[in-house]
Amino acid sequence: MLTIKNLHVSIDDNGNGKEILRGINLNVKAGEVHAIMGPNASGKSTLAQVLAGREGYQVTAGSVRYLGQDLLAMTPEQRACEGIFLAFQYPVEIPGVSNALFLKTALNAMRKQHGLPELDAMDFLSLVRERMKRVGMDEALLSRAVNEGFSGGEKKRNEILQLTVLEPRLAILDETDSGLDIDALKLVADGVNDMRSPERSIVLVTHYQRLLDYIVPDVVHVLSQGCIVKSGDANLARELERHGYSRVETENTAKQVA
Amino acid sequence: MTTATKQLDELISREYQHGFYTQLETDTIPRGLSEDTVRLISTKKNEPEFMLEWRLKAYWHWLTMTEPKWANVHYPPIDYQNTFYYSAPKSEKEGPRSLSEIDPELLRTYEKLGIPLKEQQKLAGVAVDAVFDSVSVATTFKTKLAELGIIFCPFSEAVQKHPDLVQQYLGTVVPYTDNFFASLNSAVFSDGSFCYIPPSVRCPMELSTYFRINAKNTGQFERTLIIADENAYVSYLEGCTAPMRDENQLHAAVVELIALKGARIKYATVQNWYPGDKNGKGGIYNFVTKRGECRGDNSHISWTQVETGSAITWKYPSVILRGDNSVGEFYSVALTNHYQQADTGTKMIHIGRNTKSTVLSKGISAGHGQNSYRGLIKVLPSAENARNYTQCDSLLLGDQCGAHTFPYIEVKNHSAKVEHEASTSRIGEDQLFYCTQRGIAPEDAVSMIVNGFCKAVFQELPMEFAVEAQKLLGVSLEGSTG
Repeated sequence: MLTIKNLHVSIDDNGNGKEILRGINLNVKAGEVHAIMGPNASGKSTLAQVLAGREGYQVTAGSVRYLGQDLLAMTPEQRACEGIFLAFQYPVEIPGVSNALFLKTALNAMRKQHGLPELDAMDFLSLVRERMKRVGMDEALLSRAVNEGFSGGEKKRNEILQLTVLEPRLAILDETDSGLDIDALKLVADGVNDMRSPERSIVLVTHYQRLLDYIVPDVVHVLSQGCIVKSGDANLARELERHGYSRVETENTAKQVA
Repeated sequence: MTTATKQLDELISREYQHGFYTQLETDTIPRGLSEDTVRLISTKKNEPEFMLEWRLKAYWHWLTMTEPKWANVHYPPIDYQNTFYYSAPKSEKEGPRSLSEIDPELLRTYEKLGIPLKEQQKLAGVAVDAVFDSVSVATTFKTKLAELGIIFCPFSEAVQKHPDLVQQYLGTVVPYTDNFFASLNSAVFSDGSFCYIPPSVRCPMELSTYFRINAKNTGQFERTLIIADENAYVSYLEGCTAPMRDENQLHAAVVELIALKGARIKYATVQNWYPGDKNGKGGIYNFVTKRGECRGDNSHISWTQVETGSAITWKYPSVILRGDNSVGEFYSVALTNHYQQADTGTKMIHIGRNTKSTVLSKGISAGHGQNSYRGLIKVLPSAENARNYTQCDSLLLGDQCGAHTFPYIEVKNHSAKVEHEASTSRIGEDQLFYCTQRGIAPEDAVSMIVNGFCKAVFQELPMEFAVEAQKLLGVSLEGSTG
């Protein structure tokens, strides 16, 4: 599904390139759930943003193949239409645009891209209502402006609603667990678990292990200073929870020195 | 320049869609303005003596005035002697009695604009008084309105058939001495619309006029007068587009609204005149005086405008709140793209007790557009318990445009409450990326975000206009951010 080879990414820092990702290698197969963990400023969110096509990052080396295509050559909307979905860490407010209109526009843009007929208002409503129930969202949020005045938990749940309606091939969740209380976390996790399927891959970017108690990943990677320093199964996440990131980082430094 | 900005730039640079020119024989009087011009116009229109006198007084007064320079707009000097002051389609001489008598070329023009009269007649009860250049060529639904005693006709016809009403109300809200452009209009206005709603009559349909400037180099001077008698109600729609033209065209219209006791007038405008090309060449100069007077107690006047066209807009639809408990409202969306300049806003003059006014202005600047809000809230000593709420928001698209706000508040009564809120924002890359990540193309995303920004104003528009306005924004804006 997704193959990242030796990916180097810099941002512009007052005219100087500052390297954030320093040779990422990652292979995500269809049906797999990968967790990318790491301390603050390790490059987790940068990786998520670069995969989704955000501007402002320079890829200085490496390649990303997605379903056999050169992902880096595609615009954000092309990537979205090809099935890449990013659940934002900080979902954006769009005043005056109703949640329903936004989601319907997005869904129909993708359907159009795939040669499917656009959903009319009635079909869309019945679909979205059903999905809202699944993620435990109040229907009143449909007629409110996109994320405007939403609580932190409502914003995150809204991202998951979009995920369940748009049904992507590759879902990237950027710190979706941050700022959620335990009940909201469970609802979000249920929503994501519902989406697990042999055709769909999920990449969870997270700082904490607790989300992984509810969404059990197939593979866990530890990202530190722009490199994946360790990969393992779900047990790696628990280990990190006990010992913190510093031990993995120290091990890695020792390895590099050796 | 970022990719998003480039995309937006491409969107902004689209050509004006309504640019075409209709070949029609026109009856034009020579260029220039003199007392003779004024007399000639009056004669051509077969006007009664009082109209000629009024025009001449306006002309003589105009000669003593100088063009206002205080607006935040810049343009080369206008040569008033190099402008045509009267032009009418030839077919006007016979006076068309039905659509079949109308020049087919003219009808095709309307069809290109998407306003086929034949369809309009059948559609949701909208009566169309279509103004082509300076003379009204078609009036529909007249009979139906006449049964209710409603008069809705071209201004020139009202002068012939209802001179008493015209004489009683003309110039009572915007006197011929009011300002440079209003005086010019009073002297040379060619035609426009006249509307009178008798006491306690609720006009059963939206009244609509489409203006279109066509003849080359013809200044268009429309005059509209709407009177809602006691407890009457009327909703009036005005929409405009103009064909592409290289030379700047002067447009100085005057609209007067009079609401008597308990009456309500809603006046909505969608203005899409040729804004000039993307380098700022050509385009309409739109110097308009629009004012309503809540003359009676408990009367109510609302202005709603969506201004996307014209090279320069100079326009302040205002309300004089004379009657006690009267209400004035102003809802505005003004968009400037390329090199368009807009200086627009409102005046709310509180005279009566318990008068209320609301001002909601949304300015959008893109390209090199300059957008100014200019508003006056004036509370006179007599206006006990006057209230005003003003909200003024600006949205910037790109980094070459400008938004300016000039609020003036004059309060002479201590019981008054005046609130003013203002905000300036830009379409962020964040918002745009959020939309594109969901598969929405950048131009659709911008259009959606801008429409969201304007929602509170669009809600004030009648349904069919709201749809048109949204489309118009999509077309005229076609992109912007940075």
